[in-house]
Amino acid sequence: MKLTHIIPLLTLTTAVYAAPQTFDFKDPKGVNNAVFKLDAPLESINGSASGISGTVLFDPENPAATTGKIIVASESLTVPNPMQKEHLHGANWLDVAKYPEITFEAKSLANVKTEGNVTTADATGTFTLHGVSKELTVPVKLTYLKDKLSARVPNLKGDLLVIRANFVINREDFNIQKGQYEDKVSPTIDLSLSIAGASVTK
Amino acid sequence: MAALLREIDSSQLKFTVKKILQILALLIVLGAIGTWLATGASRGWTKTEVQTESIEPVTEMRVLHTEKKFIAGVDFLGAAFGGAALLAGASLFFRKPKAN
Repeated sequence: MKLTHIIPLLTLTTAVYAAPQTFDFKDPKGVNNAVFKLDAPLESINGSASGISGTVLFDPENPAATTGKIIVASESLTVPNPMQKEHLHGANWLDVAKYPEITFEAKSLANVKTEGNVTTADATGTFTLHGVSKELTVPVKLTYLKDKLSARVPNLKGDLLVIRANFVINREDFNIQKGQYEDKVSPTIDLSLSIAGASVTK
Repeated sequence: MAALLREIDSSQLKFTVKKILQILALLIVLGAIGTWLATGASRGWTKTEVQTESIEPVTEMRVLHTEKKFIAGVDFLGAAFGGAALLAGASLFFRKPKAN
């Protein structure tokens, strides 16, 4: 093979290698979760959501270029008290029938620091809750686990990307009982995301 | 049954109902306190499920496990005491029979 043929082939190979991978966050193990906490006088309201999906484009060679969208099914939000859950899903609070999804679409990363397979950054994107979209900057931790998919899901080969994020939102920014029940339920909501996405290799 | 009821004086019947209502109220209070203590004496709201956490070995990610479990809270006690108070209150409408 002539050198003139090898150079374009090498360039193509490098380009394919450096291409961002698509990680699917529809977890086959169903353990992806988001946890939320609201302070209240008797005891804090702690709940979780499991209906997580979405995709993230991540390039291990260039984590700063990460983009993607994570979707949480509003219906999957749950709290241990059945009456509180009914109120949470109802028209006066999240109105899950009208607004079935809570989303965060990451558009850019800043302050990116990578050590080994762990990248920390501030992700800026659009957070949509209760039909209201706001620009948010959220600290995230990305852990890239090369060839670890088979250890988690047998019969599947590929890589894993774990995303962890902890941040606070104000329910009033999203028109959820604005100015109401502040003495009973805190206007701030602590959110904690812990999710793993898979990039399957064929 | 009708014959039996005819034999019982109406004031005696009222007294019996009064006693039944008071005993029911007492049973509800005792049952509620017993249930509350048996399920952990929670001073929070009633729960029908509990979550525990573990760490997934591959990803070292937090994993939540949800288990159906009834934990009586202060709202459960409040509802039981309220119901018992209604029954006890209703029993006051039934007087003791007068001595002949």
